[in-house]
Amino acid sequence: MKVQKSKILENKLISNKIYRLTVEFVDEIKPGQFFMLKTLDNSFLLPRPISINDVNDNLITLLYRVEGIGTTVVSRMKKGDEIQVFGPLGNGFDITSLKGKIAVIGGGIGIAPLLYLTKKIGKNSDVFLGYKDSVYIAEEFEKYSNNTIIVTEDGSVGKRGYVTDYVDFEKYDVVVTCGPEIMMNKIIDKCKEKKIKCYVSLERRMACGLGACLGCTVETVNGNMRACKDGPVFSSEELK
Amino acid sequence: MANLKVKTMGMEFKNPVLTASGTFGFGEEFSKIYDISVIGGICSKGLTINPKLGNKGERIWETPMGIINSIGLQNPGVEKFIQEELPKMKKYDTKIIANLGGNTTEEYLEGVEKLSGTEVDIIELNISCPNVKSGGMAFGIKSEVANDIVSKVRKKCNKPLMVKLSPNAENIVEMALACEEAGADSISLINTIKSMAIDIKKRKVVFENVYAGLSGPCIKPIALRMVHEVSKAVKIPVCGLGGIMTAHDAIEFIMAGATLIQIGTANFIKPDIAVDIINGISEFMDKEGIKSLDEIRNII
Repeated sequence: MKVQKSKILENKLISNKIYRLTVEFVDEIKPGQFFMLKTLDNSFLLPRPISINDVNDNLITLLYRVEGIGTTVVSRMKKGDEIQVFGPLGNGFDITSLKGKIAVIGGGIGIAPLLYLTKKIGKNSDVFLGYKDSVYIAEEFEKYSNNTIIVTEDGSVGKRGYVTDYVDFEKYDVVVTCGPEIMMNKIIDKCKEKKIKCYVSLERRMACGLGACLGCTVETVNGNMRACKDGPVFSSEELK
Repeated sequence: MANLKVKTMGMEFKNPVLTASGTFGFGEEFSKIYDISVIGGICSKGLTINPKLGNKGERIWETPMGIINSIGLQNPGVEKFIQEELPKMKKYDTKIIANLGGNTTEEYLEGVEKLSGTEVDIIELNISCPNVKSGGMAFGIKSEVANDIVSKVRKKCNKPLMVKLSPNAENIVEMALACEEAGADSISLINTIKSMAIDIKKRKVVFENVYAGLSGPCIKPIALRMVHEVSKAVKIPVCGLGGIMTAHDAIEFIMAGATLIQIGTANFIKPDIAVDIINGISEFMDKEGIKSLDEIRNII
């Protein structure tokens, strides 16, 4: 974990409002961890937590969706510009606990952090990707998983509807998910019903990213936890 | 190399830069990024006699050049702090300042009594937190109320006592004088400014408590003005804080009269910013031929 200025090697629009940012960063990085990004000027104040999409040797790839002022400013940055990168942060996924048949279910921008995970857990996983309309990085998942199911709400690509409609939960020993809360809650309920182990990666507003500000509280059966440090990955049984 | 040492409240700080309560935890998280012994002192997360879970709902909201927080003094309680956090903090070669809040006079007194028997270097009395409903800041609005609580705490407190003021006080100068009269050894100011935000799509206030505390660069000019006013009025040392992001900001506070300064929100922006600020003050002094901070303190 360190804070550094990194030269942007790539900052490219890859889909509707979704950008891919690549910088050099040498550290041990686990799937599910994240980085805090900030411009070196103070055009916005708080660093923005962005998940790891992929790691290749010394290069890290972060995908972000332009939503507010922070991501808008970052999206305007060019190759060669310097950006403040702080991380890797958070617990990430514990790969050793992912055993048996695994379902990886992502929705929206929540798909981004699941790529590096899928790469790490190998072919023994089925990947379910839910998009509103514009599909991104699905072909990347196809490289690492033998079974990638694409679902769009409008049916323009792949199957039509919601991603959760296409998961036969009984087939799996473990489910891993990241995406809109409404989707994750549905998955948590299903896993509870079928008694399947489920890990969720949560998103919260946060200030520091390292566990000091207590802004990103998640209520759990073990009391208040910090999404940034105790998470962002939680076992669904822990969550209230 | 310039001499950044500061002698005040009967002790020597290696430099005037402290980290503000609530922005640095108990130091542990930051110690993984840099050697936090370089800091002059660390103010603990705000403590209360009983553990607190803090507020529900949104806790952090960004606003232009500032953040609004509604953490609500989530903390492990004084006892657990003494047992678990303080021994770890004492391993760092820096001053440890225990920040204490409370809802009632009794809570403050019990907390002070417990902390007085420990190795903390200073107790910072928080009478200025806007994020707990039935108190905290209630003690920091009217001078007479503050005078009363500080007098009572003073009798039980055998540590140097720093009182942290709220910018929401009716009259900041009278407030500082009332605390000085009651026996405070030092004043720190300012805590966050009571503020609010509205989610216009939901047509609701952002925070469950409606109002929350604004900090960051947007409050710096106000904080600086208040530090300036208070420094001119009281004889005890003043610790200035409010939106300090750079060595330049820190030097402004010192020139305005601050003996020590605290970095708050900036710790969130760049976790090792305290190092930049300490080095920046030192570089400024070297460039300007300043040998001691005494030469520039309170010159405005």
